Amino acid sequence: MIQLFGSPSFNFIGRRRLAYLLSAVLMVIGLGTLAVRGLRYDIDFTGGTLVQVRFEQPPSVATIRAGLARIQLGESIIQEFGDEREYIVRLPLTTTSPEELTKRITTGLAQEAGLGEFEIRRIEFVGPQVGRDLQLQALYAVLFGMVGILIYIAWAFKSLKGGVAAVVAVVHDIVICLGALSITGREFSLPVLAALLTIIGYSVNDTIVAYDRLRENRGKYSQKGKSFAEQLNDAINQTLSRTVLTALTTFMSATILLVFGGKVLEDFAFVLAVGVVTGTYSTIYIAGAIIVDWTYGVEDRAARRKKAVAKA
Amino acid sequence: MPRRLWARAGLVALVLAVSIWYLYPLRETINLGLDLQGGIHLMLGVEVDKYVAAQVERTADDLENGLERKGVAVKRVARDGLSTIVVELASATNWNDALTVAAEFGSFEVGERDDKAGRFTLVMQERQVAQLRDDAVRQAVETIRNRVDQFGVAEPTIARQGGDRILIQLPGVQDPDRAKALIGKTALLEFRLLDARTPVEQALAGRVPESSEVIYQRRVDRETKTESRQPYVVQKRTLLTGGELTRAEVQADPNAPGNWQVAIEFTATGARVFGDVTEQNVGGHLAIILDGNLYSAPRINERIPGGRAVITGQFTVEEARDLAIVLRAGALPAPVAILEERTVGPSLGADSIRQGIIAILGSGIVVFIFMLFYYRLSGLIADVALVLNLVILLACMAAFGATLTLPGIAGIALTIGMAVDTNVLIFERIREELRVGKTPRAAIDAGFHRALRTVIDTHLTVMVTAAILYNFGTGPVKGFAVSLFVGLAASLFTAYFFTRLLFDVLYMGRRKLQAISI
Repeated sequence: MIQLFGSPSFNFIGRRRLAYLLSAVLMVIGLGTLAVRGLRYDIDFTGGTLVQVRFEQPPSVATIRAGLARIQLGESIIQEFGDEREYIVRLPLTTTSPEELTKRITTGLAQEAGLGEFEIRRIEFVGPQVGRDLQLQALYAVLFGMVGILIYIAWAFKSLKGGVAAVVAVVHDIVICLGALSITGREFSLPVLAALLTIIGYSVNDTIVAYDRLRENRGKYSQKGKSFAEQLNDAINQTLSRTVLTALTTFMSATILLVFGGKVLEDFAFVLAVGVVTGTYSTIYIAGAIIVDWTYGVEDRAARRKKAVAKA
Repeated sequence: MPRRLWARAGLVALVLAVSIWYLYPLRETINLGLDLQGGIHLMLGVEVDKYVAAQVERTADDLENGLERKGVAVKRVARDGLSTIVVELASATNWNDALTVAAEFGSFEVGERDDKAGRFTLVMQERQVAQLRDDAVRQAVETIRNRVDQFGVAEPTIARQGGDRILIQLPGVQDPDRAKALIGKTALLEFRLLDARTPVEQALAGRVPESSEVIYQRRVDRETKTESRQPYVVQKRTLLTGGELTRAEVQADPNAPGNWQVAIEFTATGARVFGDVTEQNVGGHLAIILDGNLYSAPRINERIPGGRAVITGQFTVEEARDLAIVLRAGALPAPVAILEERTVGPSLGADSIRQGIIAILGSGIVVFIFMLFYYRLSGLIADVALVLNLVILLACMAAFGATLTLPGIAGIALTIGMAVDTNVLIFERIREELRVGKTPRAAIDAGFHRALRTVIDTHLTVMVTAAILYNFGTGPVKGFAVSLFVGLAASLFTAYFFTRLLFDVLYMGRRKLQAISI
């Protein structure tokens, strides 16, 4: 039998101050990058036109730009996409209709001698209203996703604290994922949104496994006389093999998507890979730690109040 | 095997059989999304307020006629804002008569009134405005569906999406310009008379009579691609519209070889009007106007009975065919605007499929090997469950007619990762029970039993997220949500129920179970 851990008894909860520090640093970096560099939104969210062109011979960005400059579109964003023969041209929202734009791009590129044959493989046009609607939808989807989780946990475990702690862990993961997106200069697109929502589900999934174990252990003989922190620590240790194994398999799936899934899936897989790591970490250190400190905080205050009453 | 076991095995066999039945033959049962097979995705916004405004204007005309019939002299009856009609009487003496006439327009209410000045407003009821907006979108969907059907696209999607939007997906269509021209054309065909009394030069100088306007005839030279515009002065009054058409066919233009024309035929009413109009205006010119563009203005030589006419305009055969389609399918109630457009070429779609399949196979194989390596025979059981999961997932998508998109493939890849989680959870639990000294059989029982609650909890939460995704997402995100949701539901069945069955079949029959391979 191959085993990752026999009967692990790591003191996770005991080291939570260190974890708070690490998380705080990561969050500051994430939020800082988001504040300074911001998120680059895909045209799905901003509106605009995207044209994907595949050339017979690998062109240089300068030649493409020269071709577009002929039709006064030299300022467009030109990006290599997938391989050196494939390019994406992004145009901001204009009053020109998409078909007119495409026609102009085709003529502009055809006139540039150095480019050779090319094929227009994809045209996307998103109007301003649709983009704005989608931004709102994305926000709602994330918010409602978290509310849904909060309600489910609060109901299934009869613990509001657990629900809140799980949601805090999710927010933590989202901030780090968005920060990673911003640092690597990737775009916030629809697939990225889908990945973020998956991470919400994943992160919560992990947290629930630990909570479930905690609930099951309570009232057991072996747990008598143990503090809440110790009980939670036990639960995390008991589920540790599963947590790590699942994280490994999901991380492998995500990495394979990242490497082989093609350019379209790349950003999606990237967020997933980052999210799996932080989701696993946050289950142990954020969701678990918060619930412990919260419980102790409440008990402390109750004890102090009792003392105050006794003195009086 | 005990009877319960047979029943469970039967259920699994049934599910498998139904799945395969839905999936066969694979190439026809799974709908590929536009991103995978190429095609056009359009989101149209219907300019519903233009429809409301047009209806209000028509009512204003009716009202004016009604007032005149009653002998009420009016200074002005006109639309003001979206849904308000301003009525100004020549004098306040007929005030009561005017109000009586106005009261006949049931969906309007009197707003402001000033009986001294002889001025009042009629406001359309909010309910009626909402109804008209709804009608406009409904009619637009019908008309567009009609046009697309006649254009001949396999499995198009034409669906209303919230309020005033229409989603159109045309798989396999490769000429976006033509498709858009066909779908987006308002196709308002009008027959009007040229205004012979106003010279074009005078009209261009800005002196156009109230009852006329300047309309251009645009022509694009097919060789040089240059556009020419010729102005005409046309009376504003529309004598006949495309609404009175019964037939529209493509014909070769006998006068210009290589050009095509559209022959039209009117309904009985339309034919009578057409006959009368041509009779009364012999020697005049009849302008044929489509969406504000003048196509031709032939001279009326004599009364034209029988209600037949041709529209010429140096059309290519494709242009003529598309024009005939839009004329037959009818005009859109209001103009539409393209809000979103995505065109994917077939070669890109093929690339996406290939990469998606490589990725999904890759992640599948890695997970397979990992499970086999880590859990041995039990890992093999989990792998078999995984295959069943994929079969059920694909079968469900085929049964619902769901579309497999690229994010959908990603969702499947993710499902593989998550379905394994359930088995890992159970197996780890069994190992734990074995460690505390339980017999293998008791350990299997306890492991499955104790893991159940967790399995359900984890599946439900992620399914909640998937459902929310589905509700708030559009196109590609929806595809992802569908495959994630269905995949998780299937995983509840395969990773728990089916795995348990295999364990029972393998181990329960034996008298003395010494060890299990986990």
